[in-house]
Amino acid sequence: MTLLITVFAAVIVTVKWYTRKDDSMQLGMLCFLYWGASIMWLVDAIFEYAELRAEYFTPAIEDMLNDAFLGLSVVALGLVIWLVRLLITDPKGSIRTALKKG
Amino acid sequence: MACFLVSAAEAVVVTAVEKAEEKKEFRASEDNTIKEDVVSIPLSRKLKWLTYLLWGGAVLLAFEHIWHGEVVPWFPFLTAMTNPSDAQVMFHEMATVGVCMALLITVVWFVMCKVADAIVKRPATDTTQDTVA
Repeated sequence: MTLLITVFAAVIVTVKWYTRKDDSMQLGMLCFLYWGASIMWLVDAIFEYAELRAEYFTPAIEDMLNDAFLGLSVVALGLVIWLVRLLITDPKGSIRTALKKG
Repeated sequence: MACFLVSAAEAVVVTAVEKAEEKKEFRASEDNTIKEDVVSIPLSRKLKWLTYLLWGGAVLLAFEHIWHGEVVPWFPFLTAMTNPSDAQVMFHEMATVGVCMALLITVVWFVMCKVADAIVKRPATDTTQDTVA
């Protein structure tokens, strides 16, 4: 479930990156972040499948809920990392302008 | 248990190489030793992609390990290290799952670089034809 949620996040961000008008939102970094995690969880899933076989596809509801909650938390953490970097690098100069005004 | 540490270690090495390459390319651009007519993606940019993939994966997986209580904020930071038999399992996991993770990310990055090079070298197509059809 964590892998699935991260892959969906990676696909959505990649589509947003492809249809972007300029690079000011720095979506490329977020794409790599989610794809990196997705690839690593895919390897984890392959090893788990090799161990559990068919049982891997029938997880307990409690485990599935916990994994889904973890997946959403991972997506949120990725977004926070991206946002902090965006605010620090400030490619549009919005923060600089706002600070100078104040 | 600590499979993300392998990717994190690779990320540290690649980041160092990327910074060195960036400096080398900057010096080359100042000396005008780069051929202007050659269309290609700089190696430092490609290495940056790999560092993002590795750091991204390592950080988000580290969060998963904190979630499952396998990483703790006190010494020895990895709960598996408190018990020799657990530590053995952890090292085995790092050598199998961890190495495979780092390898797959590197292979994906390598293929991505080859595809990106091919796209950059491809002649530009007229995109208006698609909208007409």
